[in-house]
Amino acid sequence: MIQIKNLHKSYPMGKDSLHVLKGLNLHIKEGEFVSIMGSSGSGKSTLLNIVGLLDTHDEGVYILNGQEIKELDETKAANLRNKFLGFVFQSFNLISYKTAVENVALPLYYKGVGRKERLVTAMEYLDKVGLKDWANHLPNELSGGQKQRVAIARALVTEPKVVLADEPTGALDSVTSDSVMELLKEINREGMTVFVITHEEEIAEQSERIVRLKDGVIISDEKTKKAVTI
Amino acid sequence: MKIFIFDIDTWQEIYGSIRKNKLRTGITILGVMWGIFLLIVLLGSARGVENSFNKLFGDFATNTVFMWGQNTSKPFQGFQEGRRMQLKMSDAKAIERELEGIEYIVPRFNSNSLVINKMKSVNIGVFGDFPSLDEIQKKNLEYGRFINENDIEYKKKVCVIEDETYKQLFDIGERAVGQYIKINNVNFKVIGHYKNGMRVGGPSGGLHIPFSTFQQVYNKGDNIGWLAITGKQDTDIEQLELDVKLLLKNLHGVHPEDERAFGSANMGSEFKKITGFLTGMQFLTWFVGIATLIAGVFAIGNILLITVKERTQEIGIRRALGAKPSEIRKQIVLESVFLTTLAGSLGIILGGFVLMVVDHFISNAETPFLVNPTVNIPVILIAYGALVVLGTLIGLIPAQVAVKMRPIEALSDE
Repeated sequence: MIQIKNLHKSYPMGKDSLHVLKGLNLHIKEGEFVSIMGSSGSGKSTLLNIVGLLDTHDEGVYILNGQEIKELDETKAANLRNKFLGFVFQSFNLISYKTAVENVALPLYYKGVGRKERLVTAMEYLDKVGLKDWANHLPNELSGGQKQRVAIARALVTEPKVVLADEPTGALDSVTSDSVMELLKEINREGMTVFVITHEEEIAEQSERIVRLKDGVIISDEKTKKAVTI
Repeated sequence: MKIFIFDIDTWQEIYGSIRKNKLRTGITILGVMWGIFLLIVLLGSARGVENSFNKLFGDFATNTVFMWGQNTSKPFQGFQEGRRMQLKMSDAKAIERELEGIEYIVPRFNSNSLVINKMKSVNIGVFGDFPSLDEIQKKNLEYGRFINENDIEYKKKVCVIEDETYKQLFDIGERAVGQYIKINNVNFKVIGHYKNGMRVGGPSGGLHIPFSTFQQVYNKGDNIGWLAITGKQDTDIEQLELDVKLLLKNLHGVHPEDERAFGSANMGSEFKKITGFLTGMQFLTWFVGIATLIAGVFAIGNILLITVKERTQEIGIRRALGAKPSEIRKQIVLESVFLTTLAGSLGIILGGFVLMVVDHFISNAETPFLVNPTVNIPVILIAYGALVVLGTLIGLIPAQVAVKMRPIEALSDE
């Protein structure tokens, strides 16, 4: 599903440049639940941005769903994001003046789905994350956990190939964190590839595979106990 | 794919973002509304002033030149300079015969006389006039009639009285028509009574008697006091003035370059000055109005630009969810156009309403300085079109800013 070979990325910092990713090699198969771990500055966010087509890489090969990503213009990137990727952010990133169901329906709008169908589909996904009764509430009327579940519904609504989650539990307490992780696991059980970035050991351990990143290189890549027991 | 602007979802998006930002939307709308409101009110007022001028001159043929005899300033054909020039009826006939482009030629006379009605008397200008005076200086008669051909032919002792003179000679409410008054101790029957608006050219005065009667009573023979000559619609009145003068110089044996022999006053050129002033005013109005409008549109651009910065994160989210740059751009431009047109419509309605109110209160005043203040529909359409174009152009700036941002930067902006 995601294939990365010798990936490099640097950011210009004045005269010098900051070499963030130093030749990563990673292969994530369809249906995997992978977490990327690392302290801040390890390059994990940069990796997610490149995988999520929000940023471009300097060197190396990135193949998403069998398609090599290079020299993408914004329009093509937007299309691919809409088609293949679903995002879940640490700060939820819901649009504050849209209700839960409208937020969930938004990616479908950009996909070109008709209004009625959009709302029906959005409702289905809200139901799936257990928030059907909150459909017409604005984000500021929802709790943190509820917001994140709306965001997950929004990530899923276009039926993407991969869900990319950037510290999905970073802004949540441990109880809600667990429920959000349960939800992600459930999605994964249904066959979705899930790609989580975190710096919390407990979160990472709930996935099937942990890739540890340090200073722009992968220092370990192993299956968790959980994966072994399954 | 549906056409973007007919897509209900597009409008839903715009409605959503506008509803969220009521204050900024309100202020933005106010800016442009003010601009177009000013344009409409200014244009309407300018039109109103123009109309009031037209009303003032409306009853008066503006392409009229007055001509009278003076003293020569150059010796010619054996005559000494300083010879008195006297216009005759034959001059009027010659002018009418020789020159083209004349609508009316009206000989007139004026003399200050003592006018008595019973115990009241007034010293006032008495005019000797032809019926055709009514054509170049419309007399809106309240009672009775103006002098007619019959009066001229039989040198009838009848007179038409102006309201000011009437007030001095008669009691309020008294009917003047049918009564006899004494002019220079000669009895005249009042046959008409008019309220005059504006009196342009010639001395002020209050009584009109038949021209032939005047010549007889005042012992003027074939002489005439002065000539009022009105050109046809498309006649160049200044050229006509020169032609008439040259003809008169010919007839009276005056040096062709003698500028003093005949005096004249050209209403046409006076009127041109006023029209010029009106044109200038209209230009100023346009200038001020459009400048205000542009300022308003810039305000929209500015506010949208601020909004785009405020909404950086939202735009980032949208792009992460798969919004193409073109979709983001379209949305912002359309938002701008929508705001400008909405504000423009409100401004037009408000401006029209104010003009209506002004018209209602001023038109009923004694001397309205604004008459029927209106704005042409094409003018409004042009202003409207300009507004939409400017709104689109100004919307492009924030749209471009929004699109230029990389989604990753937009998302991390918190």
